[in-house]
Amino acid sequence: MKAIVYIRLKSEVLDPQGQAIESALKNLGENDIKNVRQGKLIEMDIQADNKKDAEEKIEKITKSLLANTVIEEYSIEIG
Amino acid sequence: MDVTIIRFPGTNCDLDTANAVKKVIGINPNIISCKESNIPKSDLIIIPGGFSYGDYLRSGAIAAREPIMDDLELKGNQGVYIIGICNGFQILTERKLLPGSLLKNSSLKFISKNIKLKVDRNDTFFTSKYKTNEIVKIPIAHHDGNFFVDRKTLNSIEDNNQVALRYMEPINGSLNDIAGLYNKDLNILGLMPHPERAIDMKTGTNDGSKIFESALNFFAT
Repeated sequence: MKAIVYIRLKSEVLDPQGQAIESALKNLGENDIKNVRQGKLIEMDIQADNKKDAEEKIEKITKSLLANTVIEEYSIEIG
Repeated sequence: MDVTIIRFPGTNCDLDTANAVKKVIGINPNIISCKESNIPKSDLIIIPGGFSYGDYLRSGAIAAREPIMDDLELKGNQGVYIIGICNGFQILTERKLLPGSLLKNSSLKFISKNIKLKVDRNDTFFTSKYKTNEIVKIPIAHHDGNFFVDRKTLNSIEDNNQVALRYMEPINGSLNDIAGLYNKDLNILGLMPHPERAIDMKTGTNDGSKIFESALNFFAT
């Protein structure tokens, strides 16, 4: 199974990279875009008996390594 | 006094740190690889600066989960003194031995220069040779030094007097200008500034020496 983990900074954490991207977009004349936030996506293959098991496993590794929950939140997609 | 320095792939301040220990404490530290299974008996363990594992995923994230860190955590819980400098600080927060996290500098720039800092308290193992509120000059050299933690934990850090050093002016976005931080038991210290680069006036300041002198002082008295 394919698993994708989306990791983003919590909303209360300042994201200077997102701000830099937003300012570059302004330089390109894109003035309708606001609140740009940059995150990351980690994808992997996982062997599991069913979707629920896969989800539990991915949740476990996300909490223990992939995301730092002091500053980040995440969502998981299994497909 | 036995001092151990742990070297990860990408660590680059290990020799400067060893030099500072030699010059100021007067002993040869043990430099060990993170692939060793145990840390030898030590009075002080130092995780030096650098870019462990290329800062992949998050600064310090991969190093914090090396098997040797189990032994470091055990020793830290037993009260062994530990300093993490720069990347070492990031590793200690990733390991949850210190609270919070170090985000990208708010300017998004790598900042490398001598800066002024205030020593918050002088009644710890690491700072006995300073005066409380002493202003010191020590260099920083980092991209991810912007200390962040949730409001509740920040309040408890301040209530417990866990701040070791503060920037004299905002420099990287750190909450409460925190540049250095203790754990609750005061035996683990994380520092963004590099005291090992401030032990000789040839580099413009020797204000970092007193961290090592304080450690020596503890074991000498």
